[in-house]
Amino acid sequence: MDERCYSAPHLGARMKLDRGDHRDVRRRTLAVLGLVALALVAAACAPNATQDSLQPAGPYARKAYDLYVPVFWVATAIFVVVEGLLVYFAWKYRHRKGREGIPPQVHGNTRLEIAWTILPAIILAGVAVPTVTTIFDLAREPEGDVLNVDVLGHQWWWEFDYPEEGINTANELHIPTDRPVYLRLCAVGVGYQGQVAPSECQPGPPEGSFPATLGDSVIHSFWVPELAGTQDVIPGRTNFMVIQADEPGTYTGQCKEFCGLSHAYMKFTVVAHTPEDFEAWVAAQRAPAAMPSVGTPAAAGAEVFAGQCIACHAIDGLQGPDGQPIPIQQQSNNGPNLTHFASRGCFAGCMLETNDENLRRWLEDPPSVKAGSWMPSYNLTPEQIDQLIAYLNSLR
Amino acid sequence: MASVSVPAERPRGLLRRPTATTGFWSWVATVDHKKIGILYGVTAFAFFIVGGTEALLIRLQLAQPDQNLLSPSAYNELFTMHGITMVFLVVMPLSAAFFNYLIPLMIGARDVAFPRLNAFSYWAFLFAGLFIYSSWFLGGAPNGGWFGYAPNAVVDPTRGMTFYAIGLLIAGIASTVSAVNLAVTVINMRAPGMTLFRMPVFVWMGLVVQLLLAFSLPIITIGLVELLFDRRFGTHFFNPAAGGDPVLWQHLFWLFGHPEVYILVLPAMGIVSEILPVFSRKPLFGYQFVVFSGIAIGFIGFGVWAHHMFAVGLGPVANTAFGISTMIIAVPTGVKIFNWLGTLWKGDIRFTTAMLFAIGFIAMFVIGGLSGVTHAVVPSDYQQTDTYYIVAHFHYVLFGGAIFGLFGGMYYWWPKVFGRMLDERWGKVQFWTMLVGFNLAFGPMHVLGLQGMPRRIQSYPESLGLTFWNLVSTIGAFTIALAVLLFLVSAVRSFRQPKEMAADPWDARTLEWATSSPPPVHNFDEIPVVHALDEVWHRKYAETEGGRVVPVPAGGSGEPGHGEGHAIHLPGPSYYPFVASLGLPILGYGLIFDWWLAGVGAMVTLAGLYGWILEPSAE
Amino acid sequence: MATIEHAAVTEHPTSTGLPNTKLAMWLFLASDCLLFGALISSYVLYRGASLVGPYPNDVFDIPYTSVSSFVLLASSLTMVLALSAIQRGDHGRLRIWLLATAMLGLTFVGGQVYEFTVFAHEGLHLTANLFSTTFYVLTGFHGTHVAVGILMLLTLLSFSFAGRLPQERAETVELVGLYWHFVDIVWIVIFTVVYLIPTGSGPT
Repeated sequence: MDERCYSAPHLGARMKLDRGDHRDVRRRTLAVLGLVALALVAAACAPNATQDSLQPAGPYARKAYDLYVPVFWVATAIFVVVEGLLVYFAWKYRHRKGREGIPPQVHGNTRLEIAWTILPAIILAGVAVPTVTTIFDLAREPEGDVLNVDVLGHQWWWEFDYPEEGINTANELHIPTDRPVYLRLCAVGVGYQGQVAPSECQPGPPEGSFPATLGDSVIHSFWVPELAGTQDVIPGRTNFMVIQADEPGTYTGQCKEFCGLSHAYMKFTVVAHTPEDFEAWVAAQRAPAAMPSVGTPAAAGAEVFAGQCIACHAIDGLQGPDGQPIPIQQQSNNGPNLTHFASRGCFAGCMLETNDENLRRWLEDPPSVKAGSWMPSYNLTPEQIDQLIAYLNSLR
Repeated sequence: MASVSVPAERPRGLLRRPTATTGFWSWVATVDHKKIGILYGVTAFAFFIVGGTEALLIRLQLAQPDQNLLSPSAYNELFTMHGITMVFLVVMPLSAAFFNYLIPLMIGARDVAFPRLNAFSYWAFLFAGLFIYSSWFLGGAPNGGWFGYAPNAVVDPTRGMTFYAIGLLIAGIASTVSAVNLAVTVINMRAPGMTLFRMPVFVWMGLVVQLLLAFSLPIITIGLVELLFDRRFGTHFFNPAAGGDPVLWQHLFWLFGHPEVYILVLPAMGIVSEILPVFSRKPLFGYQFVVFSGIAIGFIGFGVWAHHMFAVGLGPVANTAFGISTMIIAVPTGVKIFNWLGTLWKGDIRFTTAMLFAIGFIAMFVIGGLSGVTHAVVPSDYQQTDTYYIVAHFHYVLFGGAIFGLFGGMYYWWPKVFGRMLDERWGKVQFWTMLVGFNLAFGPMHVLGLQGMPRRIQSYPESLGLTFWNLVSTIGAFTIALAVLLFLVSAVRSFRQPKEMAADPWDARTLEWATSSPPPVHNFDEIPVVHALDEVWHRKYAETEGGRVVPVPAGGSGEPGHGEGHAIHLPGPSYYPFVASLGLPILGYGLIFDWWLAGVGAMVTLAGLYGWILEPSAE
Repeated sequence: MATIEHAAVTEHPTSTGLPNTKLAMWLFLASDCLLFGALISSYVLYRGASLVGPYPNDVFDIPYTSVSSFVLLASSLTMVLALSAIQRGDHGRLRIWLLATAMLGLTFVGGQVYEFTVFAHEGLHLTANLFSTTFYVLTGFHGTHVAVGILMLLTLLSFSFAGRLPQERAETVELVGLYWHFVDIVWIVIFTVVYLIPTGSGPT
């Protein structure tokens, strides 16, 4: 027997005895598989997840979900078979002490090769058919009583414009239940060298508009997982998507496409109302803001606002120091429309809950709260801030 | 030992070729593919530590909600650099390390086709990495993601993305040049009798990867040039205000980016295809099918790029086409996996650490591949895209896949390269630690993504219910770090062993095991003549008529090798590849800071090139 | 024990019969095809998309560019003649034709420089619009390739004068020739796609 070839000294010498080895392999593989199973179980049981694509709350999200679930189970089945074979072979064909010689050099089987080429292809074809029909289904413009909303992505907040209702708001997208909401997605802001890209959406006040000139125009992505999958919001392009909620409620979402410093803080909520409540909301939002009574802190706040803030924020119904209303068309839409600010639960791209403490922090120095914020600090005095807060709180 | 003779002609000072074969400067001037392979490997591993540290910092920041350990600015730089590092400075050069060291040995050659060009590629890669990292000190690291989407990458006011564009251009030059070099080597320098279908699978995968590189890198080169011009010179390639389209960047990037992921994983698949037969003690189940599936993956890989762009709004027809092509590419991938299973079947399996990593590769890659199939379900991808579900997928295929395969290769070929073994006990501890840590780190990310966690966010609020799995993931990440540390210690310890290793310690199958460990500088005393696939195995064993496999008597199949009696000509060392590549980062700095510096860089490169062509040829 | 020498080149037999260098040049040129493919694609995709002028019809002088294209085409002919000369061992002719090729190439590049100066005076500077962006980067890349080719030709010429380019090294000339013809062919594509196929004089 030739020493050189057969005994393979390093092969043998470095091997641990297999008896303990195969038990190790099995034990640890089971541990890993157990962890994976635990993860899958926990996935279904998370109580707090409010952006859970596995809990669709509307037909468009459900279409994606109804495709994912069966494919997931098919993938799981394949996983079990393949990994099972792997573990089984590793265990069954492990080297056993005392087994001498080299195993028969079994290899090659053209029929098997053809079979395991064709079978996965068939499975995939089965997955492809409903996939393709759903792609086209989701791309179709919705029919019937559709609510049209323009979604404008700024750095780093969402503007919602309802052209037919004549409403412009931010951070909270209110919709009625059981009605398709057709979203037109536009990215707005400043492009290269200060140029402003044309956009199909009409930003700003409903009558007359001008493009936003603050914030870089970059790609965003509109994502409210419980109501639909994403579509990107791209400068120079207009994308469309549909969302629809089954039940009244609040659904959270955020920007999904990396868009700069405060990408993590470009959030929004979708508030779904019953149709009656939605009409009430529309009516309230269309009404201009009432000016606060003269002499109140809120009135002083309105003065501060008219002096500083209308550089970027519009309020329908705001009066200048001369008592004359400032037309909405002359007010800027570089920042969110604040006409009904206090009716919203969050601000600053839904980074902050609407309350006095947060407002104070924000108004003192926005960039220190939100990295890269295009709203600068105006070096307001604490008194001015109090007055502004009083005014903002009055904007229900 | 080999004697080195000085060339007959005596050129003037600058053009005199260096002669040292040991010591520091011998590494700077080396053109030996084995030394260059080691340089690639060590450098890539160093970047692996750096990239891993970046990951640990990210995971620390995300371990709990609403943290501010890292500001958004720092966070954006860290995840960008983590991606750039792992893709371009770790996995690609680690694969290059293996290709460089092993391909000539596996095909029975003495070196690659263009040894000095090979050295140039390494130095250009090193300088590219250093150039990109120097950005931390020169105005800020790249912060627009490794994918650098326009317009954000264009309008970002810090210098980082300019470093990104130029650094990757330099790296691209390194890889393109290396791709041509290795492709010519495989096509043209095989030993007598080594037909294409007697090459090891690893060499085949190497060939496919080089061709993928050669054809995909030019596309991103243009993308990066367009990005650089938009940033630096005010052009309008991606400027919507001038009629440009940011999506053009995405097309150019992903036309490269998708073949790139096969560039990242095919080498590891080749490694697995070598390890499994050796430690199952039987051949790869279906050699031709594994080879053809690799070629098919390469081809189809150019046809799936827009599956990274399903949510861009290309339209249902485009989305359908790319969804289907993405499903199609799963088929040849499955063929490989089944062939690997068939290799284990009826084998006599030895669980060396290399084998554990190879089996681990299959186990983890299957998971990543299956989640990949779920991405191909386009409407579902509208939910999955840009979430941690995708992060989970690509880490399963790139870490559980490529990195595991590369670690397997390290354990397998360590004795060949360094003449010592890595300790097998430590190896097994390292493997299991890494396997557990890896699954803890990335398994939960599937859940996190489906439950609403987008990518690239500096923090998340408590209210999203993502806290628990983020913490688990962070623990997993640190477990991985522990495993890597174990490997480093094991690597250092291995050098304390004496350098005495048999030529063929694993009883393997391919030509690199037919020469000493480590090989002599000229690889083979005599170029082997090849008669079959798995030539080395067939020199050791033959099948009897009864089908039993028995050893061949020693000294049996003796055919005089090629080149017997001739002196062996080897290319001599040279400094000029180093010089030529040194000009590139200087040119890069010049593009950022000052034109005269760019001129200097160009001059240095030209000087290097002229020295290169003028120095006495020595093949 | 084998002795290793670092000595002059000896021809090794290759698996395909093609020399390594020639195979490498073909592979590199194939790779370069994709480089120009991406640039030309960018140009074509943005054809007619400029929002402001000057537009192609406002600046192009087709007869002028046709002449310079012919000059470049002629340089491919002189390149072939140079290769044929060295293959015959005629070093005098080799040098003449190499010089001619380089001169024609320089004429082409010089012609482009002049052409672009005129364009710039007419308002088509690099950052004017989408047309200028794609046009200048595409033709600039091509022009750089030509310049590198001219450098290689002049290097070959000086090697020949220094006695470093004997007949046995004809293949080096062939390789530079391959590169030069490739650059010429790319120009034919660029000239056709950019200059000859009409775009119109306004945004479509």
